Amino acid sequence: MTEKHHIIPVWFFVGVLLLVYGVMIFITGLTEWSNLPDTVLADKHASVWWGALLTVLGAVYCLSFRPKKS
Amino acid sequence: MTPLFAVFVAERLVHLSGVDLAIIAFYFLLVLAIGFYLKRFANTGEDFFLAGREMTAWVAGLAFVSANLGSLELLGWAGSAYQYGILAAHWYWIGAIPAMVFLGLVMMPFYYICKTHSVPGYLKLRYGSEASALSGITFAVMTILMSGVNMYAMAVVMKVVLGWNINFSIWVSSLTVGVYVAAGGLFSAIFNEVLQFFLIWFGALLIPILGMVETNGWSGMVARIHQNFPGQDFTHMWAPLGSFSHNPMGINWIGIVFGLGAVQSMGYWTTDFLVVQRVLSAKDIRSAKMAPIIGSYFKMAVPLIVILPGLLGRAVLPMHLYPASSLQAGQHSFNEVLPLMLARYCGPGLLGLGITALVAGFMAGMAGNVSAFATVWTYDIYRPYLNKTAADQHYVSMGRWCTIIGLFISIGTAYFVMRFASIMDYVQALFGFFIAPLFGTVLLGMLWKRVTRWAGFWGLLAGTTASVTMFSLMKIDPVRWVPVFARSPLAQGLAQDMFQSLWSCVTCVVVTVLVTLVTKPRPDQELVGLVYSLTPIAHEEHASFWHRPLVWGIVALVLLVILQIIFW
Repeated sequence: MTEKHHIIPVWFFVGVLLLVYGVMIFITGLTEWSNLPDTVLADKHASVWWGALLTVLGAVYCLSFRPKKS
Repeated sequence: MTPLFAVFVAERLVHLSGVDLAIIAFYFLLVLAIGFYLKRFANTGEDFFLAGREMTAWVAGLAFVSANLGSLELLGWAGSAYQYGILAAHWYWIGAIPAMVFLGLVMMPFYYICKTHSVPGYLKLRYGSEASALSGITFAVMTILMSGVNMYAMAVVMKVVLGWNINFSIWVSSLTVGVYVAAGGLFSAIFNEVLQFFLIWFGALLIPILGMVETNGWSGMVARIHQNFPGQDFTHMWAPLGSFSHNPMGINWIGIVFGLGAVQSMGYWTTDFLVVQRVLSAKDIRSAKMAPIIGSYFKMAVPLIVILPGLLGRAVLPMHLYPASSLQAGQHSFNEVLPLMLARYCGPGLLGLGITALVAGFMAGMAGNVSAFATVWTYDIYRPYLNKTAADQHYVSMGRWCTIIGLFISIGTAYFVMRFASIMDYVQALFGFFIAPLFGTVLLGMLWKRVTRWAGFWGLLAGTTASVTMFSLMKIDPVRWVPVFARSPLAQGLAQDMFQSLWSCVTCVVVTVLVTLVTKPRPDQELVGLVYSLTPIAHEEHASFWHRPLVWGIVALVLLVILQIIFW
């Protein structure tokens, strides 16, 4: 994608976004573990496993597409 | 406090927590940062308007499908799924996949080989300035109106979910989009469309997952829908299409197959410059052919996060939803089903992610429209008719100014859209006005070398005029004209639009053929690279079997057939 311009790959930005959101959601899920929000199926703790999934994916993208020194 | 910034109103579905607000704020900061980062790379016309033509097939493919995954998809189609049931999935499958494969395999080589900046640019090469100007002007009008639709849809979400004032939402999102598109051009638009793609999937996918858990799977959901709405069929795609009266849309299989599948979807996916522009940014012809085919697989999966939540709304929501035109105090409209489902399942953090996904979708939709508008205005109206000899830098500046001006016109459009009862009906009507006849003009031009300059112009004008006339008559006197054009008095808005598209395309083709027969064709040597029979197309014999666009196009079509059988 970036032969001419040497732009940071868009996938790196995707990784940053997923990583930051994953950490925030995962931590939020942990803090409300015993004080469940007022939503349907809150006992499934979707925030925890969804946040963990985003964190892992974001980390993989960040590492795989991190800007390299030319 | 002025009315414009009167942010808080009484009613709202949810209250955002601190982490939700932080998630939303981080998205705004990131897209602005990316816009400023990309500004240094958008120096030439090709950079600003076509992202340097260096995108891979995957990036171009994701941007291609994401450009269409804005407010319409998320709000409008979830609302349509609630209103019409799984019939709405036709717009994702037969109404998208064949056209995307056709674009990749047949039409993209022409667009790419003739190095056009836009679809009107192709018409200028093939027919001349008359058809090109007509197409350019109508497209510019349509994109700005569509951008307004996106703004309005986002403001509705903000109002319903957060209780934010509609004016506040429109202005904040518009200014953000204006800054990052004016800075980075199509680079910014494409980067944000790829970000949006991931956000939407990860923000919305929890709704069908948790919905399926709550209803104990598909059969449990169907049983609940039958229990809540006895005697109505919301869960079959083809079985109720034998008659206008057997489905809630008031359409039959002819409208779906020919109006949607053969005309409207072909027109949208192959000639709407908003989506075609993304593929034109591909780095080579093979990437340009693969991009729409890659996009077709993702498009096939989108009903999971759009149609299924709408159906789940029928199954699990404690209240019934109603058309926006007949709402009373305390009721919610069809278009609010997705935010309602989001509020049902998502607590702090996840709610912020879901809201950010919606906002990202709307903003990417706006960005897509204004970037396409800037390109068509600059290259197809301004440069050929107003200033032919300026330097490349001047056109880049013009593109940046167009982005800002286009956004302000869009803001006006957003207030205009508030008068319409249903977002989707309005948008489909627009497609019918411009896209369906344009498809006839472009396709005939590519496949038949005999078509003449004036045939292209008069065919396009006749098709567009017919479309506007049919739309107006059906709105002014629906009792009289809906049965005439849409073939049944039961036809609802979407059904009317399908037949309107069909007849306008037929009108365009008939007029084009008739005018062609009485006018003089261009010499063959002038049409090399523009007409199928006179253009050497690069084939993929040298590519391995699994790298051929044709192979993946056929696989997509086979999967499409399987899905139709499953949900027959």
